Amino acid sequence: MTPQSNFMVIAPLVSDKTSALRTLLASMNRQPGVVDPQNSLVAFGEFDRLHFARFIVFDDQTLNDIAVYGLPRPNLPTYLAFLGDCDGPADEFLAELTQRAGSGLRQIFSHCEGFAANGDLLRWMQDNQQRAAAAYVNWIGRTVRQVREENALRNALTAYLDGNRTAIAAKNPVQIRDDLTRFVNGQVEAGRLTLTPPAPTPLGWKVRNFFHLVGVPVVLLLLAPLLLLYLPIFLVQLRCRERSDPEICPPPDPEHVKKLADLEDHDVTNQFSALGSVKPGLFRRWTVSFLVWILDYGSRHIFNRGFLTRVNSIHFARWVFLDNKKRLFFASNYDGSLESYMDDFINKVAWGLNLVFSNGVGYPRSNWLVLNGAKDEQKFKHFIRRHELPTEVWYNAHPGLTAVDLERNRKIRQGIEKPFTTEAEIQEWLRLF
Amino acid sequence: MANAGIDVSDVQGLVRFGYAHLPEACFLLLEIENGAATRFWLATITQSLTTAERLAERPKTALQVAFTRQGLQALGVSESTIQGFSPEFIFGMNGEESRSRRLGDVQANAPSGWQWGGPGNVPHLMLMLYAGSGGLESWQKSVVEKLPQGGVKLLRQLGNSVTDGYEPFGFRDGMSQPEIDWKLERKVGSKDQLEYGNLVSAGEWLLGYLNEYGKYTDRPLVDPKDDPENKLLFAEEQPGKKDLGRNGAYLVLRQLEQNVPGFWQFMDAQANHDPKERRKLAESMVGRTIEGEPLVPRASSPIAGVGPDPDDIRLNQFTYESDSDGIRCPFGAHIRRANPRNPDLPYGTKGFLSWLIRTAGFGRKSIRDDLIASTRFHRVLRRGRRYGKRLSPDEALQMGKTDGEERGIYFISLNANIGRQFEFVQNAWIMGTKFDGLTEESDALIGNRELIGGCPVTNTFSIPLESGVRRRITGMPQFVTVRGGAYFFLPSIRALRYFAGIAS
Repeated sequence: MTPQSNFMVIAPLVSDKTSALRTLLASMNRQPGVVDPQNSLVAFGEFDRLHFARFIVFDDQTLNDIAVYGLPRPNLPTYLAFLGDCDGPADEFLAELTQRAGSGLRQIFSHCEGFAANGDLLRWMQDNQQRAAAAYVNWIGRTVRQVREENALRNALTAYLDGNRTAIAAKNPVQIRDDLTRFVNGQVEAGRLTLTPPAPTPLGWKVRNFFHLVGVPVVLLLLAPLLLLYLPIFLVQLRCRERSDPEICPPPDPEHVKKLADLEDHDVTNQFSALGSVKPGLFRRWTVSFLVWILDYGSRHIFNRGFLTRVNSIHFARWVFLDNKKRLFFASNYDGSLESYMDDFINKVAWGLNLVFSNGVGYPRSNWLVLNGAKDEQKFKHFIRRHELPTEVWYNAHPGLTAVDLERNRKIRQGIEKPFTTEAEIQEWLRLF
Repeated sequence: MANAGIDVSDVQGLVRFGYAHLPEACFLLLEIENGAATRFWLATITQSLTTAERLAERPKTALQVAFTRQGLQALGVSESTIQGFSPEFIFGMNGEESRSRRLGDVQANAPSGWQWGGPGNVPHLMLMLYAGSGGLESWQKSVVEKLPQGGVKLLRQLGNSVTDGYEPFGFRDGMSQPEIDWKLERKVGSKDQLEYGNLVSAGEWLLGYLNEYGKYTDRPLVDPKDDPENKLLFAEEQPGKKDLGRNGAYLVLRQLEQNVPGFWQFMDAQANHDPKERRKLAESMVGRTIEGEPLVPRASSPIAGVGPDPDDIRLNQFTYESDSDGIRCPFGAHIRRANPRNPDLPYGTKGFLSWLIRTAGFGRKSIRDDLIASTRFHRVLRRGRRYGKRLSPDEALQMGKTDGEERGIYFISLNANIGRQFEFVQNAWIMGTKFDGLTEESDALIGNRELIGGCPVTNTFSIPLESGVRRRITGMPQFVTVRGGAYFFLPSIRALRYFAGIAS
């Protein structure tokens, strides 16, 4: 199995270069929201280990919200961020990227503070990396290659079934599967289909993963007495704040919404990037750090098989702290339109959103950290849109395929490669087509 | 006024009644030329409007009025008040490319080709006339004649509409409607609803009431000083404001042309000209028989908001719980897409432990498990009307490609939140090529078959079969084309009086 990893290069922009950069980034798109995978700056399509990538200008319109706590607007620069999700170690991928798209990246990063035109690009990118505090991968181990091969397999089988309808109708499930397996073997031999077996899982990753799997519960167990003692105090502190924290959820500026909507729904999958400030004070800072840490554990060890609690429309997501935890950035790649994404969140996992985002300035009022909050549907939607950032460039290596499609294709392949024990199982498998 | 129920005399009747007893209808699309004259005229019209009161004798005619955003502006409603309406209403159905993309209004459906409602062609208001058999023509004529006195110009008459409970392809239509909680008895709060129900909070249809989230939907509120004659009620949750939205609803109107010969001829070819097979195929795409019977068996226990009318129970007491493989009713069947009838958590969630497991996302049985949930937030009230010359399936089969007649439906839906209700259903469920784990297909009846990136085709229809491998219909043409449309506001009687009294 090849585990996935992610990268995020982030650097402040030279103050008067923002609009020039936006123009340059726009040149990578065929139209707003639709990247040219072969664009001359970074030809994403050439990299067969890259799932998703995006460039964003962190122009935070909500920085002033902190004024409700009587604090001055933080003096933060506008950043450029370049982030992506890839197969295998991110460092290896970045090295490949700098080798093959170096000049385009240099052109882009030359808009950033402190970027030396003739310096070591890879080194600069590594120095400016911001680690994700939590990262969700829909299916740890599913590579771009696997996605493509399995989709080709599904398409070939579908065409075969459509083309041999009459013959198939006369056969029982066992015979049909035999037919399909024979067909696939023939296609593989003829070189028309490839089904690469998974690579061995890197030992270092396995070891680290194991220690993380065991280590976090051990640490929690050790801390448990303290945490339990603190719990009543925590609840008092929490309730005090929850009762008084102001909401900032006005309807978003229509122009802002239009800019965002222009970029959406060109594919069945969409991007989402949002930025907000963490509520001031140590209480919120520690609470959100702790919860994101737990979330990361959940993503790595529990929710890595096609769903993040009840939501199965997210391919990749991440939570990143910025500016010494003053701000939290969230990015995801999800299926469907934003309205259905938000509805999924509200109806299926409002409690989970509340846990993390209720620590953000202006979030709709939550109770006991999990209740209400996102369930205040319209305020939540306003909040989301208001904090969302336009993603200037977005690349998806497998357009037209939802996470459910990927899961179906994986199961189809499994049924070809692994024998079934009962006819009922084969029948179930045949229903996947 | 707790528990007094909704003041139905303030609500336009269309919210409550489909006026099935008034088979003739015509919708007049108008443009305001003189705001002051129109306001004066509106005061008169308002007196003749049909309300949602249940009268001892059913009305012989019904009259309703609705406005677009452009209409409210032309009427003299202030910009700050208009900003209180929902963004969907403000931008309009045709107003943004991204919206058209989501609604499937591209290529043949694109607003640029609409007969009305396209760019620069949005009506200001609509008068809706309903009458008994033979009663429409003379009334319509007299209404039209008097329009200039009201400062309005007739843009278009959406007429030629006679309803008999069947839509143009020949299927019984309009049987399944959500039941509105007129008495304001439904208390939902924020708790998960573990059963699918058909009784839906008033706030999903009318502004100014609690919706299914137990919240008030955004709506225009005005400062009491801007309502000097005290025509509006105070907003329930914001007592310092007057509620312009209360007892009003958004009305979505789309003129959908249906290619009846194309539909039946395609079915016929797929069925090798076997009449029984042809009918069966068409019914599997609709999800009901021609007579309206659902394809799935009746649910064993009652569904809140269905019945007690035996006809309603026969036609609507069902969910798809017993058909998780889609063998009786294909996943992509029109009525299954339009209302998948799911509770907030997957069926069979009972007790705390199973609630906990399901809430954490576990306990999945198939790739479709829990893809579609909480359908109660995405219901629409349909008040559509058929238009054009009736054509039976047999006639449709015998003619050439077309008889040159346009026929279809004036699709009308009412809701309090256009984005979460009509647009969501249209986008995620109807046009969605990935609806409920499907791929490569959009709604069998009204899908636009538009290609999407990375997908080789979107013009198929899958019919799951007991034996395992589905039957897949390929090469489906587009049967339904959008010819016009707009988002309207169907104001309350009080709001209309307020509009009529705006000082210029």
